[in-house]
Amino acid sequence: MWRDALLVAGKDLRIEARSKVGLGQVVPFALVVVLLFGLALGPAAGRGSVLSLAAPGLYWVAVLLATVLAVQRSFAIEALDGASDGLKLSGLDPAGIFVGKAAAVCGQLLALEVVLAGAVALLYDRHLAGGLLLVASCLAATVGLVSVGTIYGVVSSGSRQRETLLPLLFFPMVAPILLAATKAWDAALAGTPGRGTGWLDVLAVFAVAYLAMGTVAFGPLLEDA
Amino acid sequence: MGPVISLRDAVSLAGRFPLLAGVTLDVAEGEVVHLRGPNGAGKSSLLRLCAGLVPIASGTAFVLGHDLRADRQSVRREVGLLGHASFLYDDLSVERNVRFAVRAARADLRGVDEALDRLGLGGRLRSTLVGSLSAGQRRRAALAVVVARRARRWLLDEPHAGLDAMGRTAVDELVRAASASGTTVVLASHELDRAGRLADRVVAVAGGRVVAAAEPSAPGVTAGPATPGAEGDDARQIAPSGEAEEDGRDVA
Repeated sequence: MWRDALLVAGKDLRIEARSKVGLGQVVPFALVVVLLFGLALGPAAGRGSVLSLAAPGLYWVAVLLATVLAVQRSFAIEALDGASDGLKLSGLDPAGIFVGKAAAVCGQLLALEVVLAGAVALLYDRHLAGGLLLVASCLAATVGLVSVGTIYGVVSSGSRQRETLLPLLFFPMVAPILLAATKAWDAALAGTPGRGTGWLDVLAVFAVAYLAMGTVAFGPLLEDA
Repeated sequence: MGPVISLRDAVSLAGRFPLLAGVTLDVAEGEVVHLRGPNGAGKSSLLRLCAGLVPIASGTAFVLGHDLRADRQSVRREVGLLGHASFLYDDLSVERNVRFAVRAARADLRGVDEALDRLGLGGRLRSTLVGSLSAGQRRRAALAVVVARRARRWLLDEPHAGLDAMGRTAVDELVRAASASGTTVVLASHELDRAGRLADRVVAVAGGRVVAAAEPSAPGVTAGPATPGAEGDDARQIAPSGEAEEDGRDVA
């Protein structure tokens, strides 16, 4: 499975490096979302402002929206010229395909989250304290998000309404991740990381559960797509 | 040795729409079979069934000993399918696409260079993005994947489509070379003369069923049953043009 996962992740990242859809569209989109939140709730005037208080939640909502785009792109490349049939014919382990596609999206999202964190610090006037908790919660939340996204990405890829179906399926399922990640970040940014470790555990549980679910379910879902 | 492909009354559906309406067909190891028939006869669906891409609703289907009713995945790595779609990624080069397919199939990467050269995709085209290729070049790249994977059973759907004279000749040579090395080839083609010259046997498909089979060198003969078990309505006549009588019902 791991060999197949590496092969698929390498292929997806190579396609992304060539097409630059993530860099040229997903990152600017997420930055615009962060900026629009700032315009709607700002300006940031010190630690007590609405924007400053809401920064963790706004950050994760922006990440969620970007995840939908990244997952859609991940499955759009399989929809062109029968590539998904090629993937089925390839003989690759479906669990490997799932892990590979999720890993490729995960890598792109983690890079995006670094950029977004800088934007939040700058635009929302928040000091990025509690670095370890921030990084750990980013890792766990991102694994959970891309696992759910990849499961529903393949479900929606066979539908003509795939653009609207994916967010409809995805957002309700990741609500617990949004909540836990926001709480963990809130605790970290407030300088009380001990308050956020419980939420980090929640994120880890969701990440493991969704990852396991994806490795089992992806094969049958790919067949039906 | 039993047949490589053995179908009995195989029915495939897309929703409630019949793709195949009871195909009975045997293909022996090393045989080259030409599927012919009008558009919508079920040739492509038959190839996709044999590749494990289309589920079987009733009847039986064994390919390389794999029961397609129970397991469609196992057969996929062992066949090379050239479909209407190229199964290639536009944002990868020709070579990267072929290498990905070969690695995925756990085949020998040394076959990549040979396949690209044989299909005229060496030199500049090798590093060209598939999205920048012409339709004919894309077709050759898709065929290079089949060749490079070194599958011993080829399922070729309109392999000459979109190719120039040189490309068509290259396809013919590839099929002949594959056949000489014992590879089983099933090809669907409207190029009756060209495909007929390559084939050991011609099978006519219409209405989602095999309606006749004959030696390609015997135009106008009354064909026997498509398989030892196929009788009655399945045994029709192949006309001198190579087209079988049709029952007038189109199936995808």
